[in-house]
Formats: sequence, structure tokens, C-alpha cells
Amino acid sequence: MRSMARERTTQEKLRFRRWLRRALLRSALVVALITVAVFFIIRLVPGDPAVMVLGEHAASDAIEALRDRLGLNLSPGRQFARFLQNVFLRGDTGESVKYGVSSRALVFQRAPVTLLLAALSTLITLGATLLLAFLAATHRDGLFDQVIRVAPAFTQGMPVFWLGLLLILSFAVRLRWFPVGGLRPGFGGMLHSLVLPAVTISFGQIPPLVRSLRERLIEALDADYVTTLRAARVPMRTIYLRHILRNAFIPTLMLFSVNLSYLIGGTLVVEQVFAVRGIGHLLFEAISNRDFPLVQAVALYCAVFVVIVSFLADLIAHRADPRTLT
Amino acid sequence: MNRRLKRPRRGAVTLSVGLFMMAAMLALALLAPLVCRYDPLEQDLYAFLQPPGGAHPFGTDQLGRDMFSRVAYAARTDLRIMALAEIAPFVTGLFLGMLSGYYGGWVEWLVILATDAFIAFPYYLLVIVVAFATGAGAHGIYITFMLVGWLLYARVARGATASLRESEWLQAARMMGYSDMRVIWRELFPNVLPQAVVVLMTDMAGLLAIIVTLGYLGIGVTPPTPDWGAMIAEGQNFMTTAWWLSVIPGLMVVYTGIALSFIGDGLADIWN
Repeated sequence: MRSMARERTTQEKLRFRRWLRRALLRSALVVALITVAVFFIIRLVPGDPAVMVLGEHAASDAIEALRDRLGLNLSPGRQFARFLQNVFLRGDTGESVKYGVSSRALVFQRAPVTLLLAALSTLITLGATLLLAFLAATHRDGLFDQVIRVAPAFTQGMPVFWLGLLLILSFAVRLRWFPVGGLRPGFGGMLHSLVLPAVTISFGQIPPLVRSLRERLIEALDADYVTTLRAARVPMRTIYLRHILRNAFIPTLMLFSVNLSYLIGGTLVVEQVFAVRGIGHLLFEAISNRDFPLVQAVALYCAVFVVIVSFLADLIAHRADPRTLT
Repeated sequence: MNRRLKRPRRGAVTLSVGLFMMAAMLALALLAPLVCRYDPLEQDLYAFLQPPGGAHPFGTDQLGRDMFSRVAYAARTDLRIMALAEIAPFVTGLFLGMLSGYYGGWVEWLVILATDAFIAFPYYLLVIVVAFATGAGAHGIYITFMLVGWLLYARVARGATASLRESEWLQAARMMGYSDMRVIWRELFPNVLPQAVVVLMTDMAGLLAIIVTLGYLGIGVTPPTPDWGAMIAEGQNFMTTAWWLSVIPGLMVVYTGIALSFIGDGLADIWN
């Protein structure tokens, strides 16, 4: 942004440092809280995990051995201490009961598909948001603008998996443009298979983002600096691209970082609908196997990912526009 | 001037449409035993997978069960869970939010931290994990929402309270010697409540989607209790031949969501 390329004032630097300190502290506390929550929530599962893995009729010494391996014979306090020690000192989230390998390896093995899906959905969301908000703001109170304004009411309560089924029914079964589910081989095939799932995830996120960006754009269009630029005969295209869009985009970026946890949650469910073998698939597998170290690992890595990415998004927004710091 | 006169009217229209839609849905749920010609569990294997129309306005499923009855009885289940699950979080969230916003200090900081933590946590993941931990069934959903639902209302109530904390009329009320409890209850509460109710409407639409999602994933309401989510999951196997099995229950969810959103938007318009 032209006006923001100027030297940062000392006050702005101080404010940025204060924000950075607080944000880092908050992120660390959030991760700590989540770790504790994950440990205890998983321990609420009724029944003996060892019995669930091995079955009712397993030999009692086999059950005892598994209990020992999982550390279930220790007191809850000792279990928690061991868990913390493993997670924070060695980055080890435990061994999957079902597969007998490190849960971290399993998560990292499935992560690329999920990340690709989330990235694709992000691109679709941002692209569609920009386009729709721009059209609505430049044709204010027209039919399209009216539609955009009521759209969130229609998408708010729409279950994401159901939308996925509708898309499969129309674009995969009827029109045969995309595969019904699973991933086709090769990178191109994979991208092709991920289009419908990505659109499904994006669909519900777009209307509220459009609504907010539209308001920002209208504010910017009415701003004095736009009048000045127009009076100076700066071409409208330059005004839109250089000034209005840049000003309006930062609040949208911040809103997007708030939305991130919904994006990840949506991805987990949508993977199940489209039979994409990513993190979500791993999670539901782990759930049906009662593989609690694996459930724990998935929850922990997802949460840490969200914390890191939303911190980075806020960081970019604050660096680009110091006015967003309060 | 003209705009200002017009605005409340638009809100009133949205609100009435929403209330009417919601009343129709509630009537269907409450009167299901009276309006349904078939038992939702009664199988008729001579009339399986019949398309909508004729004796079965919404068709029949793979076991010949009447879809209209199933959808109506599922409304009873899902709407009841939705309403019951919101009560405790709404009340606790509202009061904790007001208290933390009013007194500030470390209590406020703690509430901000807790809300931040749970916003960073993928909501669906949390719900899935807690529902898994507490076991399938409606009580899993109640426990989940008791644990996390209040955070949203705490956030809203805290924000609204903090913005009013230094306002002149609250200071005036304190200067009159009113006790904190009276200021909170008589002055603050009526001002925070509308915002919280608007949020309640949007949140209920989201909660319904979550209930249905859990049912779809098989960790929510358990069969044979009719539930829209489980119905969609069952219908998925017959997608290519009998679209209505999955599409109609989903439409019910979307319809309810639209009704709730209209009520929320209408109220927000009127109260602003």
C-alpha cells in the first residue's frame, strides 16, 4: 500500500512488539490448554482401551501387556507427566495401538493430501470471495447485490457433507465431470479428484466473507482518497487494484484466519464423504478402532497447525497495515 | 430519513417470514403422530424405494418405510436435541461473559484465553472427539455443548459488557450506590441479551448441522431413532437410484437453518 510504505513510527513499532509478545504468549498457552484438554477428554472414553483393541475374548496376559505398553497401569498423574514429557521433550505423541507404529509418522504420511485439499479450498474461497464481493460492491443494490446479501442465511445451516453428496450426485454421477470419490493417480489426477471436495468446503465459507469484504469495498469506494485519486485522473483500474482492493483485503485476511478452524473441521468431514485418505480419514479410522493415541495425535497436530497458521495470517495483516493493531 | 424509516420494516418482514417457517417446522414435529399416516418404523417390503408422490408424498426408503413420517419423526428428535443442548451454554455463557466483562482483571483475561483456545481448536474435531469419548447418542451432544457451547456466548456478552463498562449511564448507576449485582442484572442484562439472542439463532442453525453431521458419521443419535443425519447416510447407498432418500432430509436441515437465520437477521435489524 502506497500510503503505508512510509517509515513506521516508533509508536507503531512499540505497538507491534506488544502485540507480538502477547500473541506469542497466547499461542503458547492455547497449545498448552489444548494438550491438557486432549489428554483428559480421551481419558473419558468408557471401558478399557486395551480390551477394545484386543477384543473381549483376548487372553488376560495379552491385555495386561498392552495396558503396560500404553502406560495405563500408572496413576493418572504419572500418565499425564509421561505424556507431557513425550510430547514436549521428544515430539512423540505415542504409538498407534492398531498399527504399532508412531502416530506422528501416520499423521505426517496422511498430511500432504489434507494440506493440498485445504490449500485448494482456500484458493477457491479467496478467489470467489474477491470476485463476488467486487461485483456486488460495484453494482450496489442491484439484483446480484441483493442475492449476495441474503446468501449467508441460506448457507448457514447447510451441513457440509450433504452439500458434498449433492455435488457428487450432479457433477460426478450425472455429468461425470469428476470422480465419485477416492484419488486418481498422479498429481494432475489428484488435483482433479480434489476439485469437488474443495468446492464443498469453500461453499459455506464464501457468503460471510463476501458480505464483509463487500462492506469494506463500499466503504473504500466512498472514501475521500478515492475521490482525490479520481480528480487527479488516475485510471479507475489503478485505483481499484492499487488502493481499494489492498485496503479491503486485509480485514478479509484477518477474518479468514478466524475461519481457519472451520476450514480444517470441514476438511475432516468432507474427506469422509469423498473417500479421500487424508487426516480426516485417519481420524475416523482411529475412532472406530478405539486407537486413542492416534486420535490424540490427530487432534493435537490439527490444533497446533491452526494456531500457527492463524498467527502467521495475523502477522502478515499487522505488518501490511499497522492500523489493524489495537 | 427515508432509509431510517424503511429499515425496521425490512427487519419485521424477515422476522415474520422466519417465525412462520419455524412455526411450520415445529408444528410438523409436534403434530407428527397426528399428521403422519404411517408409522416411521413400519416396513412395507412391497412398496420399497418408491419415488415421491401418490400415497407417499416424500417416497419410501429401501425397506418401504414412509419418508414423510420418518422425516417428521426425525424433526422431533433433532429439534429437541438442538433446543435442549443450547439452554445450559446460553445461560452460563451469558453470565460468565457479563461477569468477566464487568469486573475485568484476570477473570476477563481467563475468559478471553479460553475462548481463543477453543476458537483455535477445530470445532468439528472437538465435537467429534468429545462425542467419541462420551459415546454415541444424544447425551454425547449435550455434554459436548455443555463443555464448549458457552464460550461463544461468553465472548459476545463479554464484548458487549466491556464496551458498556465505562459508559456514563453505568457509571451513573454505580454512583447512585446500586450494588454490582443490581447494575449487572437491571442495567447490563437488558442491553446484552438482544445481542446474545441474535447469536443464539445463528448458533442453533450451526448446532443443528453438527447434530446431523454426527448422526451421519454414526457417532450421534443412534438408530432406530429417526434422525436426519442417519437418514442421509443410509440413503447415500441408493444415491444413483433413489435421490430422495438423501436429498429430502438434507432439505429439512437447510429449511430449518434458513428459518433460524431469518429470525436472527430480523431481530438484529429491529434491535439496531
